[in-house]
Amino acid sequence: MRRLLSLSRSVVGKKVIMAVSGLILFLFVVGHLLGNLKVFEGAEKFNAYAEGLRTVGAPFFGRGQLLWIARIALLVSLVAHVWAALGVTLASRQARPVGYRYLETSETTYAARTMRWGGVLIFLYVVYHLLDFTFGRLNPSFEPGNVYHNVLASFARWPVSAVYIAAMLVLGLHVYHGAWSALQTLGWHRPPTDRWRRGFAAAVAGVIAGGYITIPVAVLAGVLR
Amino acid sequence: MDLTLHVWRQAGAATAGRFVRYELGDVSPDMSFLEVLDLLNQQLIGRREEPVAFDHDCREGICGACGMVINGRPHGPRAATTACQLHMRHFPEGAEIWVEPWRARAFPVVKDLVVDRSAFDRIIQAGGFITARAGSAPEANAIPVPKGDADRAMDAAACIGCGACVAACPNASAMLFVAAKVSHLGLLPQGQPERAQRVLRMVEVMEAEGFGACSNHGECMAACPKEISIDFIARLNRDYLTSVFRHQPSEEGPDPAEG
Repeated sequence: MRRLLSLSRSVVGKKVIMAVSGLILFLFVVGHLLGNLKVFEGAEKFNAYAEGLRTVGAPFFGRGQLLWIARIALLVSLVAHVWAALGVTLASRQARPVGYRYLETSETTYAARTMRWGGVLIFLYVVYHLLDFTFGRLNPSFEPGNVYHNVLASFARWPVSAVYIAAMLVLGLHVYHGAWSALQTLGWHRPPTDRWRRGFAAAVAGVIAGGYITIPVAVLAGVLR
Repeated sequence: MDLTLHVWRQAGAATAGRFVRYELGDVSPDMSFLEVLDLLNQQLIGRREEPVAFDHDCREGICGACGMVINGRPHGPRAATTACQLHMRHFPEGAEIWVEPWRARAFPVVKDLVVDRSAFDRIIQAGGFITARAGSAPEANAIPVPKGDADRAMDAAACIGCGACVAACPNASAMLFVAAKVSHLGLLPQGQPERAQRVLRMVEVMEAEGFGACSNHGECMAACPKEISIDFIARLNRDYLTSVFRHQPSEEGPDPAEG
């Protein structure tokens, strides 16, 4: 515990906390994508999957208990991720009080430069997303338990789909720099894997953004009805 | 060749600075960038104006004393080149060149283009000594070192401590410098006994000096005149992480930073 505390005080340690919490959130993003793609298996199976999230772990866990454990773990990761990002950003802002007239960049990527605002956009989108699909407050015709219907009802309106697609592109950029950066921050640089880290991050980010985007596209194209 | 220089002039740490424009003729393409500043200073002295203060020493690209941001890039536009080894033939005739000092809270401006880099010295001091036998040269094969480790240790040891990594970093982070200094001892058998406390203390002092955090942009690597790779930053991160969890402070001997 004392060591975790000394880690949390250091900026290098905060980056480690950001990497680990980011990887937990990343695992959720992957799992959520795999679950969402069941929408292509039809209403019955998709709704059964949504119900399964609540009954998984029975009889050892009651209805929704495991789901809430997962939600709490995600919430803790999110708080840790944002807290670490704030600490790191603050340290960096203070580190250069007088700026350059002009500083050229050559190595950095668009994804790396947009991590901070990209993270804010993703957070705002997640809030909207929960209000739409989890709480049903912003859904045109929310039916608790009928997840398939809710998804189609929302994505049938093109602005909702457009915002979703934009958010997933932002998520893809965030995951691209995040995945590569996490490997770097956790010190994973064995010589044979070095060359693959960037490519691996790009592939993972592309699959995630592309996978999620198939759903609103399929709804708008009339593939899902 | 003819040049237009915009040089950052600042009388001292407490005063505000500004760019001053100088027209310079008769510049030889074979001059180094520092020789152009010498030429400018001779003219300024002739006009009884204050010459431009800048750091320099060996002018061979190996001491790390010189360093300024030239047209938005630390040490100028050429890769793997210090300002003293940057020759004017790489600039077009009539070029307009903006020159500013390293900008970081941990590197306060002393005067004009001179910044105080003693924060780097304090980080090195925090690293302390290694328990290698001093005195006569040891027998060369007494401590075997794998070839790959020796090569990577030398790659890290190429760091001349010029501060271009800090200057180029969007966060003014000193991670590449500290990574190089931690790694060149950490990769060798002679650096093992104090390895954990070395990385913990150097990171602690680095942060206390007010350098920013690494966001893995990689700009430091592009600016480094010795082309030190950010793979060493990954190595520093792992060294730091394992040391935080494994190092037992009670097992420490005498404090190497005070030795």
